[in-house]
Amino acid sequence: MRTVVITPPRRFSLPKVSELWEAREVLYRFGARDVTLRYRQTLLGVVWVILQPLLTAVVFTLVFNKVAGLKAPGGVPYAIFSFVGLLAWNLFSGIINRSQGSLVSNRDLVSKVFFPRMLVPLATVYSCVVDFVVSTAFLVILMIVYGISPSAAVVLVPVWTLMVVLLASGVGLVTSALTVRYRDVSYFVPFLLQFLLYASPIAYAVTAVPAKYRWVYEINPLTWILQEFRWGFLAQPMPPAWQIVLSVVVPVAVFLGGAVIFEQMERGFADVI
Amino acid sequence: MPDAILRSDPGTPANGPAAARLTTIVAEMPDGSSITVSQVSKTYRILRQEDKDNYAAEALIKRLKGRKKRPETFEALHDVSFTVGWGEVVGIIGRNGAGKSTLLKIINRITAPTTGRIELGGRVGSLLEVGTGFHPELTGRENVFLNGTLLGMRRKEIAERFDAIVEFAGTAKFLDTQVKRYSTGMYVRLAFAVAAHLDSEILVVDEVLAVGDSDFQAKCLGKMREVARDGRTVLVVSHQLQTVSDLCTSALYLDAGRLVLHGTVEEALEEYKRSFARSASARQVPRHRPGTGELRFTGVGTASDITRPGEDVCVEFAVGANPGLGKRYYVSAFVVNEDGMVIAQCDSRVVDFWLDPSTDVQGRLLMRTPWLKSGTYAVDLFLYAGGRATDIWEQACHFQVLPVTPYAHATTPDGTDHGVVYPDFDYAET
Repeated sequence: MRTVVITPPRRFSLPKVSELWEAREVLYRFGARDVTLRYRQTLLGVVWVILQPLLTAVVFTLVFNKVAGLKAPGGVPYAIFSFVGLLAWNLFSGIINRSQGSLVSNRDLVSKVFFPRMLVPLATVYSCVVDFVVSTAFLVILMIVYGISPSAAVVLVPVWTLMVVLLASGVGLVTSALTVRYRDVSYFVPFLLQFLLYASPIAYAVTAVPAKYRWVYEINPLTWILQEFRWGFLAQPMPPAWQIVLSVVVPVAVFLGGAVIFEQMERGFADVI
Repeated sequence: MPDAILRSDPGTPANGPAAARLTTIVAEMPDGSSITVSQVSKTYRILRQEDKDNYAAEALIKRLKGRKKRPETFEALHDVSFTVGWGEVVGIIGRNGAGKSTLLKIINRITAPTTGRIELGGRVGSLLEVGTGFHPELTGRENVFLNGTLLGMRRKEIAERFDAIVEFAGTAKFLDTQVKRYSTGMYVRLAFAVAAHLDSEILVVDEVLAVGDSDFQAKCLGKMREVARDGRTVLVVSHQLQTVSDLCTSALYLDAGRLVLHGTVEEALEEYKRSFARSASARQVPRHRPGTGELRFTGVGTASDITRPGEDVCVEFAVGANPGLGKRYYVSAFVVNEDGMVIAQCDSRVVDFWLDPSTDVQGRLLMRTPWLKSGTYAVDLFLYAGGRATDIWEQACHFQVLPVTPYAHATTPDGTDHGVVYPDFDYAET
């Protein structure tokens, strides 16, 4: 029989991978719960998931294409160009938004049952990925309708999707832990996300940005990933090699960093929440 | 400490809950004990409302200013050591705030000890609060899987026991109904059923038996005995001393975070009752009592210490003024029997009685015809203002009820022995 030994925690602790693996079913159940709740009214759930990025893409087209006169590179319809951007963006912002308040809204669980707390914010990934898959299916339909063929790099899209998930989860872990401690974090995060939505090349191409500000975009990990998405789906030019390398390194680093920070902040949750 | 938030002290390295270091060793326990607790202490930092940084911006400014206060600490558990063998059902008793729940939380790994070491001979299943993790929008079936997983069961284990769980709960017909449509009873039964079918080697139970009807309670007690018969270990926290004496094979008595006694159930219950009398005198001093202290009782007494069943009980009290408070306040009283069970509550809100804090107040509580059985009763008094308890005076006064029955006809003792009170009843042919 196995023996469990409980001792006070060290000052610095690393996430315990074996413990997380043991509790993987909790992750799955949380995820399944969110998906079930979201899609219980099946029709409404799916329609909303498609409608939300579609309407946003239409608005972006009106504002940036019709009013501001920007063009999508490579002759791609503007709405589809921005829809691809929104696909990646909604996955990114969805994970951060949903994980941010997750610990507080599950405070009963956190203060009464033992399981690795990290699973609560991480489980929000499930429902966001399901949304992503639904909107991607819609994108495929749109591409067929408009006769747009993807490049061979489309096979790499799952990799970029994973990178978005890692990047967003890393940030989500930290913001969810901060929200437990500080109430105003829930005001900052939506504001920062909205800022980032316009500060990243989602509604417009990075080539539309004046050259002297271009560097601001080039250091933004979202720019790299967005270009990789468009490279795959819309056969846009391949981003520079350094961006491709960093677009893997940075999300992995952010995720691991977020997990370590979460682990430090986790002490005290049950006593505070 | 209703006005303060308890928080693990991050200042010391040895602290923090889930961050508890855990080592899993695949080995037999050397001495065959299921739980070994050695020198465990738990210190919380007390944060008063005004020192608490709820906002990140506020915390940042304070850090920049370099203002740092040394926080007060509160020791919820002090140097607790004990060993429990397999197959034992151990009751943990003690007054509110004695550290019972903290001890269970540490064993459950919800919070970590500040110092000390605990060795557990297997998985711990917890019944800390029935239905934790139930989601109202999910169906009964979905909740069984969600809750079971949270309690540490594998999907396969849940599937295997699913029928047994549903049968135990008796909610088979409503499996695909969302639990928000369940009655409280159904909800609780299903939740308990999931937890009861955990096959963890150690089962930790906190006050769950206070729910459900008596049939279901009996079923739960039976289930716990069965667990112990299987050679597993059960830890039970209960305020109902009856439960402890019915169920447990040994007991721990905690007082103010210290383990006072680990022995037979009788010894522990005896010590518990004795300590009630001892601490009553300490509580005569208002500042030794819990509560925010904005308003305090200045005196209390019963009109007569000895009554007969059916006679009015009158409790007189005095409360000091606090003109700065500005809010009206109310009084609540519990009548507690010798087993520590609250048998009556008299809350002044239900009779629309409120007091003004601007002057000293003399008041009285009159309980009419409480047909109490013979014995000594304690009265716990509470003052509440603005939703917070300003004074909590357990055992503020006592009264005795003489060993006579209020009924017109005497009978053998088995005619009046059962029950907690004497009801005012009548029989008639209709």
